[in-house]
Amino acid sequence: MIDILRSEWTKIRSVRSTVWTLAIAVLLLLGMSALLNGTADDPVDGAQAISLSLGGVMLASLPMAALGVLVISSEYRTGAIRVSLMAVPRRLSLLTGKVVVFAVTSMVVCTLALACTLAIGLAISRPATFDAGAAVQVALGSALYLTACGLFGLGLGTLIRHTPGAVVSVIALILVVPPVTNQLPGQWGDVVAAHFTTNAGMLVVTGHGNEHLGAWSGFGVYMAWIAVALVAGAVLLRRRDA
Amino acid sequence: MTAIRATNLSKRYGGTVAVSDLSFDVEPGRVTGFLGPNGAGKSTTMRMVLGLDRPSGGSALVDGLPYAELTHPLRKVGALLDAKAVHGGRSARNHLLAIAQSNGIPNGRVDEVLETVGLREVARRRIGGFSLGMSQRLGIAAALLGDPEILLFDEPVNGLDPDGILWIRTFMRGLAAEGRTVFVSSHLMSEMAQTADHLIVIGRGTLIADTSVREFIGRSSQGYVRVRSPRLAEVAELIKVGELHHDHLRVTAMSPVEIGTLTARAGIPLEELTSVQPSLEAAYMELTKDSLEFTS
Ligand SMILES: Nc1ncnc2c1ncn2[C@@H]1O[C@H](COP(=O)(O)OP(=O)(O)OP(=O)(O)O)[C@@H](O)[C@H]1O
Ligand SMILES: [Mg+2]
Repeated sequence: MIDILRSEWTKIRSVRSTVWTLAIAVLLLLGMSALLNGTADDPVDGAQAISLSLGGVMLASLPMAALGVLVISSEYRTGAIRVSLMAVPRRLSLLTGKVVVFAVTSMVVCTLALACTLAIGLAISRPATFDAGAAVQVALGSALYLTACGLFGLGLGTLIRHTPGAVVSVIALILVVPPVTNQLPGQWGDVVAAHFTTNAGMLVVTGHGNEHLGAWSGFGVYMAWIAVALVAGAVLLRRRDA
Repeated sequence: MTAIRATNLSKRYGGTVAVSDLSFDVEPGRVTGFLGPNGAGKSTTMRMVLGLDRPSGGSALVDGLPYAELTHPLRKVGALLDAKAVHGGRSARNHLLAIAQSNGIPNGRVDEVLETVGLREVARRRIGGFSLGMSQRLGIAAALLGDPEILLFDEPVNGLDPDGILWIRTFMRGLAAEGRTVFVSSHLMSEMAQTADHLIVIGRGTLIADTSVREFIGRSSQGYVRVRSPRLAEVAELIKVGELHHDHLRVTAMSPVEIGTLTARAGIPLEELTSVQPSLEAAYMELTKDSLEFTS
């Protein structure tokens, strides 16, 4: 397995799309933090400053999801997937390698970026006090959230094998459809909306639960969605001709 | 042990039968040509051998095992299917490095194979800018990384200039001379006649011939004598064993001398009396004419 991880690390670090998507995600995080804190009208307290600082997380999830898609779909687009599968015919090992390398890369980059994001936001807003523990928790939660969005992309990319198709699907599932579910009528509509992908996943970014889910259980629900995408992708990857 | 063994191998894609009940062995120490017209099922067969496509029936074994069960498969099998199927954004070196690492092959080997195929100078350039010839060399470098005993090449000379063709031909002969198994597909008989020791010919997914090149040449070099005359019908009657074509007579059972003597005695003038050796290409066309996917 260590061989496969090494190989996947070489692959992910040696293409420009990785550098670009990560750079865009980081810039969105830092930029939104600076913008929102800089343009706040009234003096803000610690909790508000932290939440303004994380205003770019939703946007940054798009390049992260795209990178997750590209980790596998670019191999299908070029035909390089056949080269990869000749080298690693145990297909689930190949997919596991991609998942692990993406997740670690994303966690490292996003955690560092979020630390800077919070630092910039707090430096601009200068709240009298803030809860350092809460800041660490939402920074970590946001890094996990962004990584999860990328894994969602990776799962859908494995399933769909086609870059534009998978990118559109993942954007629909993390950005477009979740607000729409809030319009669902009745109590069941409420439950569905609360558990729908990023409606549940974003709770860990805000640090507060809602009436149905806590911050971390919400993230657990989001991870379940992602697990479904990854498992479906894995099953098809094993079964289909390359 | 037989390097590659296909047993009743079959593959359907929806309604298309790409390969049907194909059985053959590929042996070490020689170049085995895998011949067939376009759409015969050569690439499909190779993909099944390499565990990429799942057979609809039968099996393909490499060294007695299904490909997917080989640990570090690249140390046993190297293959070049489609030289352009690579990520154009990567450098040649990083492309090979990723492949090498996946099979625990030391990094130093990357520089060795780049040297072998003559790409050392461009190792750090993006592959996207490579010419077809350079891409083929890169694909061969990838196949050689694990120093494998078994090599598969799918139409490696397609689109190459004469220099490139000669290079690959010499290279494959060298690999076989070292005792390796070389299995190479082509749709050109003339190409294979100069490269291969053994031939497996398929058409429409089924086996047409499994023979040594020498035998194939021997079998197909049965020539004939072409006879033309203004009084062709009389010649045909006189010779009896001829086969009448629209403007000439084809004789396989008699030599030009015998025919000439007979017609001279009968006082029939001849316009042509030629001994014809059919080319390998013609013999191959004859063999596969019933199995052409698209006839022009
Ligand atoms: N993935 C696929 N889906 C559907 N049909 C396919 C697929 N791959 C191959 N075929 C069909 O199977 C047949 C055999 O194709 P294959 O590519 O194996 O032939 P080939 O001998 O390699 O031909 P060529 O000399 O043109 O490369 C063709 O009719 C082709 O259209
Ligand atoms: Mg082919």
